[in-house]
Amino acid sequence: MSASTATAAGASGENVVEIDDVSFAYDDVRQVLSGISLAIPRGRLVAIMGGSGCGKTTLLRLIGGALRPTRGAVRVFGQLVNRMNQDELYALRRRLGMLFQFGALFTDMSSYDNVAFQMREHTALTEELIRDLVLMKLHAVGLRGAAHLYPAELSGGMARRVALARAIALDPQLMMYDEPFAGLDPISLSVIGQLIRRLNDALGATSIVVTHDVMESLKIVDYIYFIADGRIIAQGTPDEIRASTMPFVHQFVHGEIDGPVAFHYPSRAYRDDILGARA
Amino acid sequence: MSARLAAVVADVGARVVSAVWRIGFASRFFWLMLRHSGTALRRFPLTVREIYFAGVLSLIIIVVSGLFVGMVLGLQGYDTLARYGSAEALGVLVALSLVRELGPVVAALLFASRAGSAITAEIGLMKATEQLDAMEIMAVDPIARVVAPRFWGGVISMPLLAALFSATGIFGGYLVGVVLIGVDAGSFWSQMQAAVDFREDVWNGVIKSIVFGVVVTWIAVFEGYDAPPTAEGVSGATTRTVVTSSLAVLGFDFILTALMFRGV
Repeated sequence: MSASTATAAGASGENVVEIDDVSFAYDDVRQVLSGISLAIPRGRLVAIMGGSGCGKTTLLRLIGGALRPTRGAVRVFGQLVNRMNQDELYALRRRLGMLFQFGALFTDMSSYDNVAFQMREHTALTEELIRDLVLMKLHAVGLRGAAHLYPAELSGGMARRVALARAIALDPQLMMYDEPFAGLDPISLSVIGQLIRRLNDALGATSIVVTHDVMESLKIVDYIYFIADGRIIAQGTPDEIRASTMPFVHQFVHGEIDGPVAFHYPSRAYRDDILGARA
Repeated sequence: MSARLAAVVADVGARVVSAVWRIGFASRFFWLMLRHSGTALRRFPLTVREIYFAGVLSLIIIVVSGLFVGMVLGLQGYDTLARYGSAEALGVLVALSLVRELGPVVAALLFASRAGSAITAEIGLMKATEQLDAMEIMAVDPIARVVAPRFWGGVISMPLLAALFSATGIFGGYLVGVVLIGVDAGSFWSQMQAAVDFREDVWNGVIKSIVFGVVVTWIAVFEGYDAPPTAEGVSGATTRTVVTSSLAVLGFDFILTALMFRGV
């Protein structure tokens, strides 16, 4: 295991995503990513981990072309994303699927119509064919019986599964998951974890999971990148990560309260804050 | 003292600059919306759905308000006209007030608070819950799929609602003037028919309501699309829609009236 730039372990064949020395900042003050390089080979399920606000979601947005890096190159399927115009971006995105943190289902449509959305927008399939496909996708996530329900009638875990069915509607070659485990009960969490793994293998896709849920992701992914302060500080297979003695990784994996990541937000001395006001 | 003055000038300057920027964004957004209107017009059921939400669901408030405004016009108008012995001109007064002014303006104000606020809140919440981002990543342009149909739905609904407002208002005036007070029905209708000119009065009123429809719906969709993706952001945007579009309606009404009825 090393903290340097490398590709996911056991890489074979071409890389679906290549990120080369990418930096990004929303404004002049806060640098979100600084000089990140990573590669995701075809067929792999790769996790990108790190604390809240470390730039994981920003990385997904860069891959999807929603943001452009301030420096460096983002390549997806060998194409340079940061130079694309809107038409080229949309052509690329038809090959991508993304599961948003809270599902982002269209609230004015039933589960069925949510899954059918992309088929109706991008294909000329007949409604009968769309019906069969939608039911197959919903069946794959175990919610064929919930086709008629609206997002407001679904539990958090069910909504996430419908959103997953919607994301795989057009059999994407690259799946991106933004915090797929956030706010789920243990059963739903395992279900989503297993679905991510199974769908990746069944579709022959490549997947990126952005998460801070260590235990669940270590069970399902092939390779892990750790990001902190906008840099990749560690990477490796789940076994390597579990065995890591690196202080940050150790603190993160074992959920320790204090370590390289301090419990207290930077502030002046406690004593000064309490007694200073009375002086 | 001079430092405080400089701060005040800087603050005013910053506000003006940010307002100009915002108008620039809104204009660019308007242009994008027109450019991406193909989907809304080609797949017309998308727009019909929005006509239902913006137009049909506003019917009750429009019809009831129109009726009451007409009834009040009937009462007030009769009271004034009777003093000059011309109570039979009540029909003219009611009809002209409604088709030229009150129909388009009051209907637009009601439309802004009923439908405009709903459009802003809906688009703002879609943004806050990442639905617009999800659409983007699915290679579907939210301006073409979400914004443009709502815009056209509002633009088409507005003149129809204004016409209904005027029609029920005239009926309200008839109820009070003719049925309740006893003004002669024949003169009520015939004087109205003789005095109201189609091009000069009715058509100008329709033009006004189309302009108001464009302005109110444009402000509503822009505020929704531009809302910060938080609870306060969406509630602030909704309030701004109602306030800004109401003021814009009154401002445009004055300008349009000045242009249309110069010779009167």
